Amino acid sequence: MVTDAATGSADADDLVDRVRAIVGGVPDPEIPVITLADLGVLRDVTRRGDSLVVLLTPTYTGCPATAAIQMAVEAALLDAGIDNARVETVLSPAWTTDDITADGREKLRVYGIAPPEHAESTHLFGEQHVTCPRCRSRATVQISEFGSTACKALWRCKACREPFDYFKCHR
Amino acid sequence: MHDTTLFDFTLSLADDALVLGHRLSEWSGKAPTLEEDIALSNLGLDLIGQARLFYNYAGEIESKGRSEDDLAYFRDAAGFRNLLIVELETGDFANTMARQFLYAAFVHPYFEALSRSKDARLAEIAAKAVKEMAYHVRHTAEWIIRLGDGTEESRRRMIAALDEVWGFTGEMFAVGAGEQQLVAQGIAPDRGAVLGRWNATVDRVLAEATLERPRERGMQMGGREGRHTEHLDHMLAEMQVLARQHPGAVW
Repeated sequence: MVTDAATGSADADDLVDRVRAIVGGVPDPEIPVITLADLGVLRDVTRRGDSLVVLLTPTYTGCPATAAIQMAVEAALLDAGIDNARVETVLSPAWTTDDITADGREKLRVYGIAPPEHAESTHLFGEQHVTCPRCRSRATVQISEFGSTACKALWRCKACREPFDYFKCHR
Repeated sequence: MHDTTLFDFTLSLADDALVLGHRLSEWSGKAPTLEEDIALSNLGLDLIGQARLFYNYAGEIESKGRSEDDLAYFRDAAGFRNLLIVELETGDFANTMARQFLYAAFVHPYFEALSRSKDARLAEIAAKAVKEMAYHVRHTAEWIIRLGDGTEESRRRMIAALDEVWGFTGEMFAVGAGEQQLVAQGIAPDRGAVLGRWNATVDRVLAEATLERPRERGMQMGGREGRHTEHLDHMLAEMQVLARQHPGAVW
């Protein structure tokens, strides 16, 4: 037998799930082929009193997309008729590129951005190997440590000769 | 009554990041190459992002309602608690790289230690920032090597730049009385414990760059007490002018 209170809570869970799906489906403003869920920045959706709190974590501390993401999330929720949700930022545990889902990594690759490869991060003169997102060759070379956004570097493939973006390993 | 030692410490971390971040932004649009223009802007963004997190926390500790913008734009030079090394003029490309490398090689292991702070908020900010500072060390180390072991002119400039900045590195390891209390409480890391790693990084990169350590001399101090070089006044005049002429403006 389902009590009123339990029914209320089940509805609430449905709403939390709906919000999670809406927010998770919002495209990243800089790399629109992946969603916030793919990027791994949606940490949680919880109820607090009568309102819903969406917990997002930033990628890089100075990433200008952070504010754009927050606005996009608020707009998506309003579009869906949800006006009692607000966005909060959580820092811990710090986001790493390991939080990008397998699906997200494949979407990046198909889009022409080499997904992060786990190797070094802090080593001063560490060797780094990146796979070309187009021809899958490992014969690639870094052109510039920094690319069009804080999270990317510029690389070139020596096999197919194409330049490409590499989503830097950040962990 | 708020915790003034914790406020001062957090403010000093914020000021270090903001002032250096602003110095890097001075290269936007005029770095030697497009790639480097983007790189320096990205490094600057990292620092400004870190500064915002520290300022917001400082404002909360103080609990007088001062926002990150109030702290950044409505204090004069004497109120800033940053290290002198970060306020030095940007100078040429060698100066920029020498300063950024010597500072990043310190702050990277320092943030690693701060990420284990008993203050949970400082620990989580440092845990984010440490990943970013690792890039600063690597990127600038590559330039120290390229310029030091480069042409006669690039080598001459890098030697001069390291020599100029060197006298400001000692302040990174100096600890005031307030901070000493926080060290004892496990909130602030022990700066002395980072010195060994800083020396090792610096020596390794200088050796690769075929450069000598600059000669030792007396170290310049005073930033933590608000005694600054004239460069900070000039920098703040430019950085703060818009916010002060149009207080409360938003866009």
